[in-house]
Amino acid sequence: MSSVLEVRDLSVSFRTEDGSLSAVDRVSLEVGASEVLAIVGESGCGKSVTAMSLAGLLPRSARVDGSVRLDGVELIGADKRTLRSIRGREIAYIFQEPMTSLNPVFTVGSQIGEVLRTHLGASRQAARARSIELLKLVGIPSAERRVDDYPHQLSGGMRQRVMIAMAVACDPKVLIADEPTTALDVTIQAGILDVLRGLRERLGTSIVLITHDLGVVADLADRVAVMYAGRVVETAEVHELFAHPQHPYTTGLLGASPAAGRHADTHRLDEIPGLVPTLSVQPDACTFADRCGQAVDTCTTSQPQLTRSDHGLACWNPVGVS
Amino acid sequence: MSRYLLHRLWQSAVTLILATIVVFAGVRALPGDPALALAGEDRDPESLRAIREQYGLDDSWLVQFWQFVSHAARGDLGQSIRTGEPVNGMIAGALPVTIELSVLAILVAGVIGVGAGVIAAVRRGRPAEWAANALALLGLSVPNFWLGLMAILYLSVALGLFPASGFVPFFTNPVANLHHLVLPAMILGTGLAAVIMRQTRSSMLDALSADYIRTAEAKGLSPRAVIGRHALRNSLIVVVTIVGLQLGALISGAVVTERIFALPGFGKLTVDAVFQRDYPVIQAVVLVTATAYIVINLLVDLLYSVIDPRIRVRGES
Repeated sequence: MSSVLEVRDLSVSFRTEDGSLSAVDRVSLEVGASEVLAIVGESGCGKSVTAMSLAGLLPRSARVDGSVRLDGVELIGADKRTLRSIRGREIAYIFQEPMTSLNPVFTVGSQIGEVLRTHLGASRQAARARSIELLKLVGIPSAERRVDDYPHQLSGGMRQRVMIAMAVACDPKVLIADEPTTALDVTIQAGILDVLRGLRERLGTSIVLITHDLGVVADLADRVAVMYAGRVVETAEVHELFAHPQHPYTTGLLGASPAAGRHADTHRLDEIPGLVPTLSVQPDACTFADRCGQAVDTCTTSQPQLTRSDHGLACWNPVGVS
Repeated sequence: MSRYLLHRLWQSAVTLILATIVVFAGVRALPGDPALALAGEDRDPESLRAIREQYGLDDSWLVQFWQFVSHAARGDLGQSIRTGEPVNGMIAGALPVTIELSVLAILVAGVIGVGAGVIAAVRRGRPAEWAANALALLGLSVPNFWLGLMAILYLSVALGLFPASGFVPFFTNPVANLHHLVLPAMILGTGLAAVIMRQTRSSMLDALSADYIRTAEAKGLSPRAVIGRHALRNSLIVVVTIVGLQLGALISGAVVTERIFALPGFGKLTVDAVFQRDYPVIQAVVLVTATAYIVINLLVDLLYSVIDPRIRVRGES
């Protein structure tokens, strides 16, 4: 499968008042055509920063190295004009907070139409007509009326559908969904995931799904990359990962998520002790070693590299191997 | 919306009545007797009494107040004690001068203030922001009268670019009219621009850090659309509030600037009336000012709902 999006050795660090802060360390990812890649991990593991860096959306204090290729076109270091012409047209984003991600003073129709007018040069009327089509596509009832609504007149789930309609307006190659369901009720979540699944099937859009919710991953993703402290520690096809997790962090994540029957005896989820470390410099060691139940000496003296295979792993002492 | 408007009009009426009472009592609480001021050198009791009788100053306050209110309600603001001229005419002569000056000054202030505020917010932490901040500080701290005098000295007297004083009505000669008002409007406007600039900057910074700005950037919009449309529109509420307050203040209080440029405006009328204890004129001036404030506030509130649809719905419900 040829990849639409190819990320090689992407590193991001931030200049702060307390010095440099490493957020992402040599991350490599590939997303194939109409594939859904999920990036999972705890808060602060660098998954959102990775997503934002793909189209150059990070603030000026960020230093981004490595390579991001979209259909062979290099995006890291590309000039602003090129990036602008790609954003919204070839790479589109959906964010976590539908409540605040839409501009409160413009109608949803004008906000969707803006993308069409900017990238496709659509006329006002054409943009409006297409906006109504898009609202229908994402399952908004009476779209002809809703197109003139302001964001505050819509529920959270409806707003997220509007965000999706806006994102797919120009039929982008890659859709980056950063925690698209986190702020929503469970029943609404299912509807949003259905919309995303439908888009992938109908439009063939590749999706990068950023989430900490393994239920969402199981529901939608084809492949998964597990991130910890700025690094990808394990990556595999979704069924393979859930069936044979090899990194102690992945097994920890799976153990921490609720599943029917599994925790019935203890009434308590398994937790991973400790917190994701904040790193100024990425150490030459496994960043998970401090929290890992089965760390060996090598883990603190040498950084494990992600193996390049169908089931990639960065661990000196994987689960179920030794 | 119409219910909201009715409610606002009722509020305005109450405000106006209260303002009238306060002014009426306030003027009479001032030390000084208009009869004495009018009589000049001739202070024999007989002529003082005659003057008091002529102007109804010997009536009780209640009677005087009723006279004032009942006449004002019919659009008659009385006669100047000093000159005997109808106050209506005096106001009709002075008000347009001040309104024109105020509107020009607000235009100058708005263009400079909003422009510099946006630049300061967008270029945060860079030389452009420091320059804008420094200019704002200068604008705030340099008194208008000094700036006015310097402008007259250098631009009018030395270079002869603008007339140093005086006024030509707009309908007599629009070009000469503007020529006379450019300098005072600039002087007034630059001071106000500083305030607008500071407020625009801070509300723009708020807006620029909002999630919807990130969305706008992710859509691939140009910086002009992101800043000028998405961020600025959300910052305008603050700007409109400030402009409204300033416009009200200008109409009642461009006194110093009007004095320096010898403009026959409202400020001059007010000051003259106060010095001469010209009760009817003072009362009328305050009444008109209060009305101006109320009208401007109403317009500002209506503008809010045009700018921000969330306010529209709240007003309707």
